[in-house]
Amino acid sequence: MTENVTHRETAALGEGPSTAGSTPAHAPEVSAARVRRWGAFYYAEKVLRAMRSYVWTIVLYSLGQPAAYLFAMGVGLATLVDANSTNAFGGVSYIVFIAPALLVSAAVMTASGEFTYPVMDGFKWRRVYYGPHATPITPQQIAAGHIMAIAVRFAVQSVLYLLVMMLFGATPSAWSWVLVPIAILTGLSFGVPLLAYAASVREDKGQFPMVMRFIVTPLFLFSGTFFPLDNLPLGVRWIGWISPIWHGTELGRGVSYGYQEPLWLIAVHLVFLLVLVIGGWHLAKKQFVRRLGQ
Amino acid sequence: MSVQDSRTLLTTDGGPHPTEQVRRRKYGPLYSRNARAVVARGLMATKSSNWTVMASGFLEPVLFLVAMGVGLGSVVGSVQGPGGQEISYSAYIAPALLAVSAMNGAVYDSTWNVFFKMNFAKLYQGMLYTSLGPLDVAIGEIFLALLRGLLYATGFTAVMGMMGLITSPWALLMVPASVLIAFGFASFGMGITSFLKTFQQMDWVNFVMLPMFLFSATFYPLSVYPEPVQWLIQAMPLWHGVELLRQLSVGSFGPIMLVHVGYYVVMIGLGLMLTTGRLRSLFLK
Amino acid sequence: MHPHTVPAASLPADAPARKIVISAHNLTKSYGDFTAVDGISFDVPQGEAFGLLGPNGAGKSTTMKMIGGVSQRTSGDLRIMDLDPGTHGPEVRAHLGVVPQQDNLDEELRVRDNLLVYGRYFGLPMSYLRPKADELLEFAQLTEKAKAKVDDLSGGMKRRLTIARSLINEPRILLLDEPTTGLDPQARHILWDRLFRLKEQGVTLILTTHYMDEAEQLCDRLIVVDKGRIMAEGTPANLIRDYSTREVVELRFGSERNAGIGAELGGIGDRLETLPDRVLIYAHDGEAALEQVIARGLRPLTSLVRRSSLEDVFLRLTGRSLVD
Repeated sequence: MTENVTHRETAALGEGPSTAGSTPAHAPEVSAARVRRWGAFYYAEKVLRAMRSYVWTIVLYSLGQPAAYLFAMGVGLATLVDANSTNAFGGVSYIVFIAPALLVSAAVMTASGEFTYPVMDGFKWRRVYYGPHATPITPQQIAAGHIMAIAVRFAVQSVLYLLVMMLFGATPSAWSWVLVPIAILTGLSFGVPLLAYAASVREDKGQFPMVMRFIVTPLFLFSGTFFPLDNLPLGVRWIGWISPIWHGTELGRGVSYGYQEPLWLIAVHLVFLLVLVIGGWHLAKKQFVRRLGQ
Repeated sequence: MSVQDSRTLLTTDGGPHPTEQVRRRKYGPLYSRNARAVVARGLMATKSSNWTVMASGFLEPVLFLVAMGVGLGSVVGSVQGPGGQEISYSAYIAPALLAVSAMNGAVYDSTWNVFFKMNFAKLYQGMLYTSLGPLDVAIGEIFLALLRGLLYATGFTAVMGMMGLITSPWALLMVPASVLIAFGFASFGMGITSFLKTFQQMDWVNFVMLPMFLFSATFYPLSVYPEPVQWLIQAMPLWHGVELLRQLSVGSFGPIMLVHVGYYVVMIGLGLMLTTGRLRSLFLK
Repeated sequence: MHPHTVPAASLPADAPARKIVISAHNLTKSYGDFTAVDGISFDVPQGEAFGLLGPNGAGKSTTMKMIGGVSQRTSGDLRIMDLDPGTHGPEVRAHLGVVPQQDNLDEELRVRDNLLVYGRYFGLPMSYLRPKADELLEFAQLTEKAKAKVDDLSGGMKRRLTIARSLINEPRILLLDEPTTGLDPQARHILWDRLFRLKEQGVTLILTTHYMDEAEQLCDRLIVVDKGRIMAEGTPANLIRDYSTREVVELRFGSERNAGIGAELGGIGDRLETLPDRVLIYAHDGEAALEQVIARGLRPLTSLVRRSSLEDVFLRLTGRSLVD
């Protein structure tokens, strides 16, 4: 009964003189059902569309950043490193050693940008999340959509990174392409818990620069990126062990140049990264529901 | 001709009232000799913000120094220093990292910070509705950036000392030299920021900064490049800063130092001209 | 000169001794091909509340910026306290208090610090500023909020703080650009009250508004501006008398019928305006006009008889909303 009435009303609105020529909107029930299934995708679409306005910046950065790093470190610094050391990097040249680490780190760097300020923007500055929240889309779907869109960015950026690596001849193994899913996983393992944290920040007191300085930069530098973790004293080696970048990098080295690790250690890397993603997701979901529900 | 003041107020000691003094003062069209008000505002804002964010700013180069110096230093061993003597890899990169941090701090303060205040907080619009001129604002903001740069440089130099990387008393000159480097970048950065309108354009600043950071003989000597590339890098400001600090760090002086310092003096002069011209056309259009 | 331009120096006859603090003559501002302000002239004597009334984009804010010396005029002459704001910007601004259209309070500073720091921009000493800041907080009813963050203030409080801030240098001229836009009715009335007090103290108020009731409440005299030109000038009462009738009847016949009903209303009242959503009949006696409408067998969905306002003056002058 009610169903019929609402449907007729919506249809009548669609046929009204003010919107002549357009197809009528579908009934509320249809909307609700679609959003229940696809809501997260709708929100992801929104984020990706917004990204279009700076897509060239992303592409150029995704090509320029690896080119600059690989050239400076892999070629320039390598002249010092390769000359002064023999077999310090498991028998491969310095560029082959650092390339997978740089690719994985780049995803984490992107995560540290995309899961901080835009989240503050969503809840506080421009209140971007409150627009979709007034539609049938749920807070969980907004969080999931945000994550999905950034995962797409990780993928695009990692593919471009891989292409640059190939140009530098830094991908000896045919399995190097697996670096792309590894980078996505690593990016999310850092990004999703960060999303949960960013969603809990109510007032900008400079927390995000602190995250960069006290978490992202140390992780980037002390995760076996530029030198094997064993070169560090035990006092700081633990930073690598809890770092998603180290776990991702170790996996990445396995696929990009056949770096040998025991199977149990590979499993540890994977489980560590997955636990961070799943745990982060539960926290993020809770924060989004609580914050948008207020 | 002149307007009579119907309510000229006198202070208790008989002098003209402060607001009256202000109205009678002579000002220049761009500069009212009151940049200290802008500085005072900046210090007050820092005080009420999260000062640990600011204080921790010098941490990044320290982390780079520890990671690269210790982690990679064991692989690299010793390298040839500016005077031709062998020095440790840590001692080699430390002054370069200081130069980079002077650049980064100055560029951040004069680009992102200024961009935000100009386009979002509308801070400068408010300031320029007072008797402040654009040059007061520029000088005040640059002074603040340099003050912060001075703090960071002092902190980093102290860390170098604690790590045993300072072997010459001349190394203390790295602190004022870092401020010079910061001055060069800050005076230019503000002028460039005035051209930028969107966050995407702001990203282009990084496009220039990243290669400069990586290629300016920061982590390895310039000699690894072919000659034309070397010339290109020597034309860039950061290389002059890196070389200047590296030479000071071991107390190795030479006429080339005058070139480095001269480069920054010219950069500061041109940057200030650009910034003032831009502020005039932006805010007094 | 544009025919609508009112010659300068049209002072009220009862105030011959008051000196002119703002004098604009043929003031023009162009941005490329677009002329934002098109040769306007006016004089403002000290102590007057002078309004610039007009729709968005009429050139009001541009005029305010030129007065403050933060926008250079293209041509014409402008004097503030006998100074040219184009060449003596800092001197001119030392005389002014400015309340911009959008609050640009310093969000990094607390409420009281906003006043202190702003005073420092004028080079005022702390010994003067400390008591002055407290006095202004009192005036703006923000004493309890002295240590609060700007971000935590309501819209009305922020607006009052902006006004308090503009008074830190004891200006003789206060520029208010849309002072109450975006405020709720209660906040507007509090603000109007504060502005009245300033007027009583002899402060010259220059305000722009697109709210007709605000102009009627606050202004001694105003100019109606449209497309950068002055359409009319006078006191609110005179403008209503000259450009409208005593009363207005507003009739709504529904969006379908409004447009066609004009012909059937011919001869009622002095003048008829047909708008997309309603029909206005201008008449000395509104009730009588409404009776005539009913007598013709026309049945409006709603009807309202009211006094004429500046809104009607504006409609008459610009003719923009006229359908026929």
